[in-house]
Formats: sequence, C-alpha cells, structure tokens
Amino acid sequence: MRRRLLPPMLLVGLVAAWQVAASTGAIANALSLEDFLVPAPSEIASSLWDSRSLLAENGWVTLREILLGIAIALVAGIGFAIVMYRWVAIRDATYPLIIASQTIPIVVIAPILTVWLGYGIAPKLVIITLICFFPITVSALAGLSSADPDTTKLMRTLDASRWQIFRRVEAPGALPSTFTGTKIAVVLAPIGAVFGEWAGSTSGLGHLILIDNAQLEVARQFAAVVVLSAFALVLIGLIALVERRVVTWR
Amino acid sequence: MNREGGGTSTIETPATASSEGAGVAIRDLEHAYGELRTIERLTLATPAHGVIGLVGPSGCGKSTLLELVCGLREPSAGSVEVGGDATAVGRLRRCAYMPQRDLLLPWYSALDNAALALRNQGERKARARSRATELFERFGLAGFEQAAPAELSGGMRQRVAFLRTLLAGKPVLALDEPFASLDAITRAEMQEWLAEALRADPRTVVLVSHDVEEALYLSDRVAVLSARPARIVAELRAPAPRAPDRDAAVTDPEFVAVREEAMRALREGSR
Repeated sequence: MRRRLLPPMLLVGLVAAWQVAASTGAIANALSLEDFLVPAPSEIASSLWDSRSLLAENGWVTLREILLGIAIALVAGIGFAIVMYRWVAIRDATYPLIIASQTIPIVVIAPILTVWLGYGIAPKLVIITLICFFPITVSALAGLSSADPDTTKLMRTLDASRWQIFRRVEAPGALPSTFTGTKIAVVLAPIGAVFGEWAGSTSGLGHLILIDNAQLEVARQFAAVVVLSAFALVLIGLIALVERRVVTWR
Repeated sequence: MNREGGGTSTIETPATASSEGAGVAIRDLEHAYGELRTIERLTLATPAHGVIGLVGPSGCGKSTLLELVCGLREPSAGSVEVGGDATAVGRLRRCAYMPQRDLLLPWYSALDNAALALRNQGERKARARSRATELFERFGLAGFEQAAPAELSGGMRQRVAFLRTLLAGKPVLALDEPFASLDAITRAEMQEWLAEALRADPRTVVLVSHDVEEALYLSDRVAVLSARPARIVAELRAPAPRAPDRDAAVTDPEFVAVREEAMRALREGSR
C-alpha cells in the first residue's frame, strides 16, 4: 500500500512546491527572468487545454512514429536475435559490431538521415528503430540463450524436433527477458522521435517544442513534454499488462 | 486403446516398441572428453524389461553413461546397443531420459508437461491430454492436471516427470538419480511408487543412483562403478527387486548383506 501511495504523493508535493515557487515569482527572480518564462503547473495545465487541438494533431504525428518505430524494432530485433541464436557464426561476427554501433550518438546521425531520407516519417522511423533495436535484440538473445541445455537434451529424447524445442522451450523461456528489453525500448522511442523531428520536420511534438522555444512559448513547451511522457508511460503500462497476461508463470 | 475405467493392471502406452521391449548391451565402452577419460572398458547388459542399477561415487561418469545409452553422445570406443541398434538415432528413438532435476516447463500445466512427448510425436492436443489424464488418475495425481509445476510438491513434480518419461512410449527408460532431490520419507514413497509403476508397465530401465539401497531395491542387478574413469568394480544381484512391501524388503537380512557388500565395493572403487 505504501509503495503504491508514496510516488503519487511525492509527485503532488513537488508540483505543489513548483506551483508556489513559480506563481510567487521566486524562481524567475532567482534566475533574473521575466515571469512568463517560468510557467507554473497551473499555466501548463491551461496551455494543455487551450492548445489541445494543436497538441493532439502534432501528438498523433509523433505517436505514429513511435508506434511504427517500436513495431519495426520488435520484428527486426527479435528476428535478428533468433538468427544470432540459431547460427553462432553470425552471432560471433555481428554481436561485437552491434555493441560498438551503440557508441555512435544518434543525435549526430539524425541530420544525416534527414539529408538522405527527407522531412517525412522515414528518417524518424530509422532513428527510433536504431535506438530500440539494441535493447530488444540483446534481451531477446539473452532470453533464448538462457534455455537449460539439460532441458534441450530431455526434449530430444522426448522426440522433439528442432522447431518443437524452439516453440515449446526456447521461445517461452525468452519471453520475460524480451519484455524487459521492450520496456526499455519503449522509454527510448519518444526520445528518438524528438531527435528525428529536431533534425528536420514540419510537424510532431518535437517540431512544436522547437517552434515554441523560438517564440518563448515556454508553457506550451512544457505541455508538449507532458504529452510525450504520457505516451511513454501509457506504452509501458500496456506492455506490462500484456506481459502479465502472457508470462503467467512468474 | 479403448479400455475404459480403472482397475486395469496395465497402463496404456503408445504403440511403439515399448510392449515388445528392448534390451541394452554395452560392450567395451570407452568415453573421454578430450583428455579426460570418463569411462573405461565397460561391459554391461540387461535383457528387455530388466532393471539395471548403476551406483558409484559422485562425478564418476554415471550421467555420461546414461547419455551414451540414450544416443545423446557417441562412445570413443566400444559399442552401445539398444534393441540391437547401435546407432545414436536408433538409441534415441528407443530411450526416454528422466534427468536428475524434474525440468518441468513452468509455462505448461502439469498435464501438458506430462503430455510433452505425445505432442512432439504429433498427437493432437485433446488426445494427448486425455491420454495423460488417464495416467494422472492411475498414479495419484488426479485433481492436479491444471496445476502449474510450481504449485506441486517435490514428490508430485517427480511423478509428473516420470509420467512424462513413461508417456514417451519408449521401451527403455534412462533414469538419472530420479529421487535425489527429495527428502528421505518422500524418496522411500516414490521408490515404492516407481516399483509399482514398473510392475504394472514393465520397461527396460537403466537407473543411476548414488543411493545403494534405492538401487538395490528397484533393480534386478546393480553394477558398482569406480571413481573416474568409471569401470565396474562389482556386479550384484538384488534379492527382492521391487517387492511390494519396501520396508520389509530393505530390512531383510539378505538384502542388508548385499547392501553391505555393495558399500564395500563402492568404498574400494572410490579410492
């Protein structure tokens, strides 16, 4: 009960403190800023409401990028994990490169991808997939590799084919860890979408944040951030829900 | 295949060679992992429906021997024949293996775990389940069909694991310390239970155990193995294999004498 109540209570407390500090002008004074540059939570909330159609319109653009990107990363990541698990030579050849590829900052790649692929959805999907692919592949591969060799031997004496061993032993055993990787990927996906939109776009929440920044619409910038976090939170919740229905043995 | 109700003395098993049976013949068997020699010139045989027990110090290569019998490994020299077939594929087809740990799959119910081999052999789900259900009733697991493995006691898990082995319908069962993980009382109960199961449905069994009493009670003959590389130090005939009253059987003076002899051989072989 305490673990369920404490986080929301802490959140309410922090928001209330922010509300007081911002509405009395304390933060703005401390930073020597104009008051409107430091919006209170109440102003962000009213911006959320006033700009709801604008946020919904751009939010949908970003949400579509996120969902499609995660879907591609799931198919590619799990598919590649299976290939690496099945053919050790491919794993040995590619695994170090996949890890090394993670040292390239995506922020740097984003503008290049925009040059190559234009201002549409394509470069965003590539960026989100690149970010999400890694946690999904690594966790799926770890899950597949966790299969007990004794169970595999047992299955062979129970007349299982290679495919049956995969379907009945290795694949279910890989599920918990794959879900964990997917949850990490889902948190990263909105960040990828925003990077992609910053590198070049005509719509989306990242695009909106950039425009609002130039026009000093700070309250609406915060409102866009709230929408972005809400996407990630809802997606994590959905995945946790699916996980609980699928992985019933934990 | 249409037998109804209980009270029957035999258990239905798949229509493979299990009813005809298959003997196991090991001749001059040698095995090594690289430089490490695990088995040395081992010769051992059991007729169809015979139970041969293997006892030996830990790490002497008993599990390796079982894997050789099952066709999961190939010998370095010598031969292993199961039902007259020395090929690995042929042995694999005739042997069902019950590992030390129950290795029940947590994502399947107890019933689906027991029916695994039937499903692998292409039996439809409903049919496989109904055949496993019959054995659940027969072997004191009725009511636990839908239980998750984690909800079962240690003894029940071993029983499900054994039914899974039985339902594979193989003539030869390779049991690797099947009750090692159980407490003493449950283990004794399970030995009696296994003895009854084998009386009802005779199979050729290669039983590995580190418990001399268990091996002598369940087997027709017991081979005592030395420390690695394993060779046979003594081969003993069990006085009362799988007697219905286990307590009486294992306290019988003749049984005790054979057990002491086996212990002596075990001690000598461990040096």
